[in-house]
Amino acid sequence: MQIYLPIAEMSVNVFVILGLGGGVGFMSGLFGVGGGFLMTPLLIFLGVPPTVAVGTEANQIVASSVSGVLAHWRRGNVDVRMGLILTAGGFVGSTLGVYLFRWLRGLGQIDLVISLCYIIFLGIVGSLRLVESIQALLASRRQAAGGAAIPVRKKHQHSWMHGLPLKMRFRRSQLYISAIVPAIIGLFVGILAAIMGVGGGFIMVPAMIYLLGMPTAVVVGTSLFQIIFVTANATFLQSTMNHTVDVVLALLLLLGGVVGAQIGARFGVKLKGEQLRSLLALMVLGVCAKLLVDMISVPNELFGLGGGGKH
Amino acid sequence: MRARLLVLPLLALLLAGDPARAVEPLVADLSKHLVAITTGFAGTDVLLFGAIEEMDGDKAGDVVVVVRGPNKAETLRRKDRTAGIWINSGNAKVDNAPSFYQVASTRPLEEVAPTAILDRHQIGLDHLDLDIRVKDQGSDLGEYRKALFRLNQTKGLYGDKVLEIGMLSQRLFRTDVHFPANVPVGIYMVEVYLMSAGQVISAQTTPLVVSKIGIGADVFDFAHHQAAAYGILAILLAAAAGWLAAIAFKKS
Repeated sequence: MQIYLPIAEMSVNVFVILGLGGGVGFMSGLFGVGGGFLMTPLLIFLGVPPTVAVGTEANQIVASSVSGVLAHWRRGNVDVRMGLILTAGGFVGSTLGVYLFRWLRGLGQIDLVISLCYIIFLGIVGSLRLVESIQALLASRRQAAGGAAIPVRKKHQHSWMHGLPLKMRFRRSQLYISAIVPAIIGLFVGILAAIMGVGGGFIMVPAMIYLLGMPTAVVVGTSLFQIIFVTANATFLQSTMNHTVDVVLALLLLLGGVVGAQIGARFGVKLKGEQLRSLLALMVLGVCAKLLVDMISVPNELFGLGGGGKH
Repeated sequence: MRARLLVLPLLALLLAGDPARAVEPLVADLSKHLVAITTGFAGTDVLLFGAIEEMDGDKAGDVVVVVRGPNKAETLRRKDRTAGIWINSGNAKVDNAPSFYQVASTRPLEEVAPTAILDRHQIGLDHLDLDIRVKDQGSDLGEYRKALFRLNQTKGLYGDKVLEIGMLSQRLFRTDVHFPANVPVGIYMVEVYLMSAGQVISAQTTPLVVSKIGIGADVFDFAHHQAAAYGILAILLAAAAGWLAAIAFKKS
């Protein structure tokens, strides 16, 4: 069954889009990630204009983060104060990001920048995760064989960060740090989220753990909390500045995504955490490798239409 | 529109030149004058049909049909390898590229009319009068022109080749023109030419409207005319959907 997407101005098969939403939703339920980093490249691959893919994905992530954050909220795993500081930075960042997006689109380089961002950030995050989970797998095997336990990371390491002004107490995170650091992290992730059409959780979560030193229990909930506002801001700006949010597409993706996420979450329970993490890392690296190959290999068509000359 | 302006005086001339002729030498019409892009739109065919008058008992001539979408400005970009990766390095702007272009003919165009006539009426891709401004050291106008045609052909908006027009008993003709799902909206011009001995004997222009209809059209208008409200609504819709999903699947 074909449906015409009013903003993307193309006809798509409803079941392909539902399936795509379901598949990516399954992954996000399984791994506990947003899935934007899979969805946006897949939509572009299907022929949705990159600008519409990025704008629409921001809209869909609003929905998946709202549905995700509620469970964490009930368990009290959201550090609201930290979330609000990150959101403040994220608002500025995503606004800058949308303007940057528009400027690059005019130059005809937006596709290149989207691809480069994916390759660089997915490459870094994927490699780090893979190394980490392999180490953990090896360690747990050693432990099982009666070896030494893995050294636990010290919680309150003092660094240059602690010399900054505007210190604040974050009770849930058990931290007393300068508000400048989370604000800057929020800003940076906000820019990336707006350009890449993702929530940015895959960068935000490691940044919270390794840069801020937040306890893992509150990391996911707080990250989801701030993603809602950052992607809502991106959705609004993409709608008003670029007219690239397709609600019909977003709703279809959502519908599939909701169901997929529930099934994925149930499957996830059956798999071990470390296995899951290495699987996720491999998948992230897979997307990264695909984009890298596309960028290096000789394209079938050297010419392209559109970008800047529209209307 | 330009084609139409050319055609009208031509028709007037023809009629003035031969007042004795009561019948029109060429009549043509479309199976529909509106292509409605509805929610379920997945492309459509429009049938063009008509009749030509036999002239002095002789074969009347050839029929050529040009379907032209509204002109629009396009930007073409060319990728080149820089530091190992392929980057858009040059571009060209086209001010008056037709958004849709299909030609159908009873015989190959070069057998029907000389280049001068084809150029004058812009019949056939090779005879389009395009204003292409190239800003690229590594390529030229010809390459960009070919690329414009190729890219639009891939999208199904320009014809790969001249379509065939079927003739019935030397008088009736018909041809199907396909409009793909990604067809741009606007007022199209369907030009029908009757050619004989390398000259245009008669011509007729019929408009064809391609328009979004229904919910899709409303969504598009809303998104463009009340962008702020649309954005807020999109956010609220997503938030509500996410909240509902969480409640529906909440583990009890």
